[in-house]
Amino acid sequence: MTDAAHLKGEETDYKNLFVEGLWTNNVALSQMLALCPLLAVTTSATNGFGMGMATMAVMLSANLIASSFRGMITPQVRIPVFIVLIASIVTLVDMWLNAWMHELYKVLGLFIPLIVTNCAILGRVESFASKQRILPSIADAFFMGLGFLWVLVVVGAVREILGSGTLFAHAPLLLGEQFSWLEATIIEDYQGILLLVLPPGGFIVLGLLLSLKRLLEKIAETRKNKSAPATTSSMETNSIPEANA
Amino acid sequence: MSITPVSSPHAHDHSSIYRIMRHVCFALLPCTLFGIYIFGFPALNLFLLTIGSAILFEWLCLRLMKKSTTRLQDGSAVLTGWLLAISLPPWAPWWIAVSGAFIAIVIGKQLYGGIGQNLFNPAMLARVALLISFPVQLTTWPMPQESFLDTGFLDGLAITFNLAPIPDGATGATYLGALKTELGNNASAVEFASTQVRNSDALLGFSAGSLGETSALLILLGGIWLLLMRVITWHIPLAMIGTVIGLSALFNAIDPEQYAGVSFHLLTGSLLLGAFFIATDYVTSPSGKSGQLIFGAGCGILEYVIRTWGGYPEGISFAVLFMNALTPLIDLYCRPRIYGRSLNGKPKKYNAPLADAVEQES
Repeated sequence: MTDAAHLKGEETDYKNLFVEGLWTNNVALSQMLALCPLLAVTTSATNGFGMGMATMAVMLSANLIASSFRGMITPQVRIPVFIVLIASIVTLVDMWLNAWMHELYKVLGLFIPLIVTNCAILGRVESFASKQRILPSIADAFFMGLGFLWVLVVVGAVREILGSGTLFAHAPLLLGEQFSWLEATIIEDYQGILLLVLPPGGFIVLGLLLSLKRLLEKIAETRKNKSAPATTSSMETNSIPEANA
Repeated sequence: MSITPVSSPHAHDHSSIYRIMRHVCFALLPCTLFGIYIFGFPALNLFLLTIGSAILFEWLCLRLMKKSTTRLQDGSAVLTGWLLAISLPPWAPWWIAVSGAFIAIVIGKQLYGGIGQNLFNPAMLARVALLISFPVQLTTWPMPQESFLDTGFLDGLAITFNLAPIPDGATGATYLGALKTELGNNASAVEFASTQVRNSDALLGFSAGSLGETSALLILLGGIWLLLMRVITWHIPLAMIGTVIGLSALFNAIDPEQYAGVSFHLLTGSLLLGAFFIATDYVTSPSGKSGQLIFGAGCGILEYVIRTWGGYPEGISFAVLFMNALTPLIDLYCRPRIYGRSLNGKPKKYNAPLADAVEQES
């Protein structure tokens, strides 16, 4: 979509943004971006949640600012400008976390500054926010961030349950004492599988999650093909959704 | 009458995966039977459980991936389970056996694409994953018993299925583990070797250790059988054992207080088992002779370094896995010469009259 199209008042398909962000174009599971923080911090569900929230905050602000200034940033200088912009936001988030959530900061510490190098953020700014109006840009950042968040929490939860037998341990550090009910011990007297807490566990769980997503998509596709009327050829059924998109 | 052309080779020695696996299993038989004899029923349970679950996981994977289940008959799953079982502590509980077989067969072998495709030795991959995940179970070493029946059948079942704790008196340290502890207490390696290690026990195998690693003599017997049957060549075992002998002799000469001698390194731990049965895996070792020598020497160096300066008392599985990862690189630089071609892969120059004849024919 071009700016000209927006000036004509073309509607943005928010539902499509939602589906893309959470599933079909998911940052981690489809674009395969931001895997470094994903593998590094997901030793527990709480860590994953904290990282997801921080990334989402950076994504929202970066998309908002990049979209507001899209008319002023020329294509020649856009990449340095975006990087400076993202770096400034990350610095702010870093200091804010250090000041207000110091315990969590001690766990995530190293990885917060590294959000700068998170390709997913630059990717959204470059491919979406720099070409779109403010509202769709914010929506895109929110849904993409949400998509990243759920993957982080799921990978973190699986590794935490199998690795140490708990779920959302230390959640009050992040969310405050009123969320202490979230902390759960799933398996009593559990010795733990250390491998899943160590880096290989991240790769194994992410790999299984990726294959699960592929499997679900394949099942959905075969169902769709079956429910399609027999009179239309497969060529036609394939081309219809593309025409709508 | 029509003759169907058959492509070469026209003569072969009826070698097959099944034949190789059968020979390796046969060669493993003495040290395994001995291990089961000295460690009793729990060891037998562990052995059967590991192999049984390896076969089960192999069958499940083949079914899931819609491959022919006749592949089970090649015996490779049995051998993987077998190698894993004899590298585990003999009284390990049932879930160590089952999860180890799962890691070896499903993650270590089938996820890479099945037999012949795996980058790492599946049995060693499973052993390392288990050692890292469950350090307590993987370092509980029972002492050898006087006879097979010292632990009764029901007691054996209770130990395997976690119903009864292993009595503290029945466990001890391996020679390598004890040396590491003694050296940590500033004791001398000379004194340790002379007072606490009986070379005859280490040679025959009456010591604590993994199920099949204790008897150096019986492993050597199996290794020689494999060499005679031409299942393996001498390159990897010789390079590996030679490197360890050389390094231990060198460092022992420099400081005998700090570094144990040659016979200690040779007879304890799983060096011989690794050199003859594990590092020589066809799939995960280089195919050229020079490459195999480099691979074996690399395993030997890593083995000695981990034993002497590493955090673990024994490092054969880490050493083999590390060199497995380097195998593609070694293969790249140590390609065997192709028949009829020079080392660079260029066709060899023919003698002039012969070359003329070839040109005329074509």
